[in-house]
Amino acid sequence: MTDQTDAGADSVQPAHFAFDADSEAEISRVLARYPAAKQASAVLPLLYLAQRQMGRLTGSAWVPRAAMDEIARRLGIAPIRVYEVATFYTMFQLRPVGRFHLQVCTTTPCWLRGSDEVVAACRRTAGVGGFGETSADGLFTMTEVECLGACVNAPILQVNDDFYEDLDGPRTEALLTALKRGEVPPPGSTIGRQTSAPEGGPQTLVGPALAAATPPAE
Amino acid sequence: MAKVTVDGVEVEVPNGASVLQACELAGREIPRFCYHERLSVAGNCRMCLVEIEKNPKPVASCAFPVADGMVVKTDSPMVRQSRRGVMEFLLINHPLDCPICDQGGECDLQDQSMAYGMDHSRYHENKRAVKDKDLGPLVKTVMTRCIQCTRCIRFAQEIAGVPELGATARGENMEIGTYVEKALSSELSGNLIDICPVGALTSKPYAFVARPWELTKTDSIDVLDAVGTNIRIDARGSEVLRILPRLNEDVNEEWLADKARFSLDGLKRRRLDRPWLRRDGKLVAVSWQEAFAAIAQRLQGLSGARIGAIAGDLADAESMVALKDLMTGLGSPNLDCRQRGEKLEATRRDFYCFNTTIAGIEETDALLLVGTNPRHEAPVLNARIRKRVLAGSLPIAAIGAAADLTYGAEWIGDGPAALRALLAGTHGFSSVLSAAKRPMVILGQGAVARADGAAVLAAAWEIAARFGMLGADWHGFNMLHSAAARVGALDLGFLPGPQGKDVAAMLGGGVDLLWLLGADEIDTDAIGAGTFVVYQGHHGDAGAARADVILPGAAYTEKSATYVNTEGRAQRTAAALHPPGEAREDWKILRAFSDVIGRRLPYDDLDAVRQRLGEAHPVFTRTDTVPRLACTDMTGPAGDSGGLSDAPFVPFLADYYRTDPISRTSPTMAECARTFGPALMQAAE
Repeated sequence: MTDQTDAGADSVQPAHFAFDADSEAEISRVLARYPAAKQASAVLPLLYLAQRQMGRLTGSAWVPRAAMDEIARRLGIAPIRVYEVATFYTMFQLRPVGRFHLQVCTTTPCWLRGSDEVVAACRRTAGVGGFGETSADGLFTMTEVECLGACVNAPILQVNDDFYEDLDGPRTEALLTALKRGEVPPPGSTIGRQTSAPEGGPQTLVGPALAAATPPAE
Repeated sequence: MAKVTVDGVEVEVPNGASVLQACELAGREIPRFCYHERLSVAGNCRMCLVEIEKNPKPVASCAFPVADGMVVKTDSPMVRQSRRGVMEFLLINHPLDCPICDQGGECDLQDQSMAYGMDHSRYHENKRAVKDKDLGPLVKTVMTRCIQCTRCIRFAQEIAGVPELGATARGENMEIGTYVEKALSSELSGNLIDICPVGALTSKPYAFVARPWELTKTDSIDVLDAVGTNIRIDARGSEVLRILPRLNEDVNEEWLADKARFSLDGLKRRRLDRPWLRRDGKLVAVSWQEAFAAIAQRLQGLSGARIGAIAGDLADAESMVALKDLMTGLGSPNLDCRQRGEKLEATRRDFYCFNTTIAGIEETDALLLVGTNPRHEAPVLNARIRKRVLAGSLPIAAIGAAADLTYGAEWIGDGPAALRALLAGTHGFSSVLSAAKRPMVILGQGAVARADGAAVLAAAWEIAARFGMLGADWHGFNMLHSAAARVGALDLGFLPGPQGKDVAAMLGGGVDLLWLLGADEIDTDAIGAGTFVVYQGHHGDAGAARADVILPGAAYTEKSATYVNTEGRAQRTAAALHPPGEAREDWKILRAFSDVIGRRLPYDDLDAVRQRLGEAHPVFTRTDTVPRLACTDMTGPAGDSGGLSDAPFVPFLADYYRTDPISRTSPTMAECARTFGPALMQAAE
């Protein structure tokens, strides 16, 4: 049985939420984009800002209910309209998450390329029991996500806002161990691939030989 | 206008109309779940698919605008096939629990699946289940049955003006609810039950009580506020089981306030079902003859000046005219219907009626509310104001205790000082009123039920006259009553005659015999100790507790009676069942008593009483209609607007859910007061 209802008396929900100065600066930029009567359109960016702020201040990037109420008040819309948007998008976390939110793509291309090993490595190294769970040390939360849109470099693990690509079991473990130590490895391909170019460097247009073989058209 | 051919029938519809409306005009019925005439178009149930020539795919007719020359087919193989497909999808997650569902027998889904449903399911996976929501003591939810038409969301947002319902999450996980656990804080929440096309939202008090085909249906009128909402009383045996609204575009459209819908359990409790007589300080059950004899004995030797009568909030016109005739026969000028001392003036009818009419609200372009909270005093009328607000900019100013009216209003003061400012033109809203073409003022009972009520009435009229609210084709002066009996009583002149005493003078020993016709809102402690009190009514409330003789009358569901609503529209209730025990229709009681004291009233049947009513005031002969008044005589009420005090207006109704003997007796209303009381008080702050 599904249950979307948020428990009001939930102990994890903070009683108050206020945007800090950094968010406020961003909010005034966001609100300026919309005409006066259409401020409700800013609900998505504001939710995102709230989640960012929570991540920045508490180490857990999620949107508490107090933040949604504050956004509703700011935009002059009913709180339920904010709840509707926030629950619609899976990118908004409505429960606290770990400092590192591990979002493993298990859609077909990633799965074919070994996402099962990435999941297994996360369980092993991060100490997460399963999808939707948080490790005992509060560092990691693992969720299963649908296609992240980087299939060329599958499998993908998204950690907070960054993609780590071309993973396998050992490299995932190395990544997580580094995160535990407080390091943040550079995002992108873990095998040195340049963006989504072919693995092992360029395969075409590699030198002047091709140009020499075909003289330029007159 | 666009010419559209629907199944070979050519119809002309206005541009911008939907295909569905064109089909209805052509007499074709289109199945639908999410579409509702009074709500915005959602177009998400897909049940209203039709085929339009030159269109490759079936289209949702509710959301598709007509075009000239369009050829629509509503019953082609393609249409039937696609509707069957939609129905199959809808039924995938809908439980097969019709036998235990309260919507059974009046369910849109059940009915339409008879036409478009398959005889078996091709779906073998588990159906989804959804946790039920708690929407308060009135609306029961079985959310697994929900087909997500979103009518309830749109109703709450658009009509009720409490945007608390929404659809959270998405896809398979989408749910209708409030997200945070809370009761829906609306006085119109019962209408959710009517608009829900399936059994997801049903009546909590009516749960598992009856099936629709077991009920006797009686068309009647609601009397728990002064709107005169048209209702249908569903009864079985000797019990009213539920009350539903009837369509009346001029009054309530198709809405019904919660108090009117759910107070019916009060009709079975604390009923006066036999005459009582106080002997040695204790009420004892007696026969009608004994009760009458006791009154007749007390009447002996009393001069007319020492006899008085007060008519209550639920009194019908028939009994009031009978009581008035009886009192006149006894030589008493002491009559009053203004239980709480409202300074109403009956010299002219437009001083005490809602002259703009309820439907007329939609034409106004500026609104001033004085000492009223229409959300509580007349929720259905408030919905009409909200409808006007949604239709386009309507400046609203309100004077009185600030409250959430479900639409934006500028609170320009809490007392008569704001009226003075408007008259002097020193407040900004004066210019808004001056600029408006059809401004209107609504005066609540809270504005006149006070010492300077006559001055407030006069000041409000002056505002109406000053700002062009009174004209040859527009009457913008409105009195909003909260008692169903009041306008009828004023029409009959149920007011102190020459040298007659009003309510205040009758209390405190002003009369020796006081006849209370369902009068429970007076301060019964103030009745003089030596005053002999006759209480005629249907509930053991404040009046009956003080009475020396109790004459059991009939509640509004048990008599055919005339009520005049706040607009001045006379409407008739119909008896859905018999009064309990020895209780009788009220006019018959008075007629019978008049015989006992030898002053027989000259009518023997209901038609004769109504003929007498018609003689008293022509309004009683033209039921169900109300002429739109114009105002050419600017002469105001007798009061002097100079007598305004500075005391703030106080809300007339302390508790929306408990305003009269019936709702005060109702356990459901008590539950509502417990649930919503604190929330409403918060809203008022």
